Amino acid sequence: MGPLIPNGVITGEWSFVIAILIGIAFGFILEASGFSSSRNIVGVFYGYNFVVLRVFFTAVIVAMTGLLYFDYFGWIDLDKIFILPTYLAPMIIGSVIMGFGFILGGFCPGTSYTAIAIGKLDGLVFTIGLFIGIFLFSEAFPLFEDFYYSGFIGNVTLTDVTGIPAAWFAFAFTVIALASFWITMIIEKKVRKNIKEYKF
Amino acid sequence: MKKERLHKSPHYINPYLGGVLLGLLVVLTVYITGRGLGASGAVKSAVVTTADVISPAVAKENPYYNRFISDDHSPMYNWLVFESLGIFFGGLLSGIIFGRVKKFSVEHSPKVTSKTRLIVALLGGMLFGIGSQFGRGCTSGAALSGSATFSLGGVIVMLLIFGTGYAIAWMFKKLWI
Repeated sequence: MGPLIPNGVITGEWSFVIAILIGIAFGFILEASGFSSSRNIVGVFYGYNFVVLRVFFTAVIVAMTGLLYFDYFGWIDLDKIFILPTYLAPMIIGSVIMGFGFILGGFCPGTSYTAIAIGKLDGLVFTIGLFIGIFLFSEAFPLFEDFYYSGFIGNVTLTDVTGIPAAWFAFAFTVIALASFWITMIIEKKVRKNIKEYKF
Repeated sequence: MKKERLHKSPHYINPYLGGVLLGLLVVLTVYITGRGLGASGAVKSAVVTTADVISPAVAKENPYYNRFISDDHSPMYNWLVFESLGIFFGGLLSGIIFGRVKKFSVEHSPKVTSKTRLIVALLGGMLFGIGSQFGRGCTSGAALSGSATFSLGGVIVMLLIFGTGYAIAWMFKKLWI
């Protein structure tokens, strides 16, 4: 009965072995999908390559639906899984900052590790930037500590906030994802005709 | 010409296949560990460790470092650190299999120099590092795993990272195309 580690089915050192194996699978999927290249990634923002949208949205709808089925079959107790807490204002500001980091850097943290693995110096420099950024954040933390903890709503799900069952969100998200796959396919074709600087 | 391009084009897997595999991996990870994937947490652990090694007393006084320092073990003894090592090796494995591992290179638009690209990448990394602390996670931990577990915060982060990207993309077009 899952989750296995919180329920004590898997204990101690094994969790680190599992961490490495899960990481290897994660890194493999990211690299094999083309996320070790910053120009592939930012293509999603300029319309010449929507691979990020395809992989990301597919992953979210598969994971949402998969977790609901695991719950339905009684394989996992969704009450025991970690729900990311919501701190409204800091998360809004943080995401906007990350949006800038994404466009400038061309990577997000996980993808930059795979970029280093295949020898991309821009990936390495991006990761060094992450280190410096988190260091600056931590050193300056006392200045905005109150803001950091502000707007706390709790470890809430969409269902907790709206009362609408999770399955409806999974369904709505799936419809949105499928529509976006179709629309972006058309956009991508048009944009690619007019771009010569980028090899596909 | 066409032949050369075909030869040079990297062999990526079908994005929908990649997405299904990634989604299943999130389900498996939540099933095993009770929480999702992550990436920025490992760099945070490295920062905390560095601060703690250089000056333990100062690090303990900082209210942010102090949250992650424990007397029992190093901050590096952390699930996300091991997982992120795995990300590196998984990327390397895929790179070897598909023939993408090369000598060090910088990827950039022909409109900018390597130097510009590296400076901007450093700046981007810094911003992503700062943002991920306020956001309680990055694209992996908050946007992907958070949304997949129906977390309100996760969905907010996902929508706003990509929303901001679209809103400001025009300003930085020259960097990419």
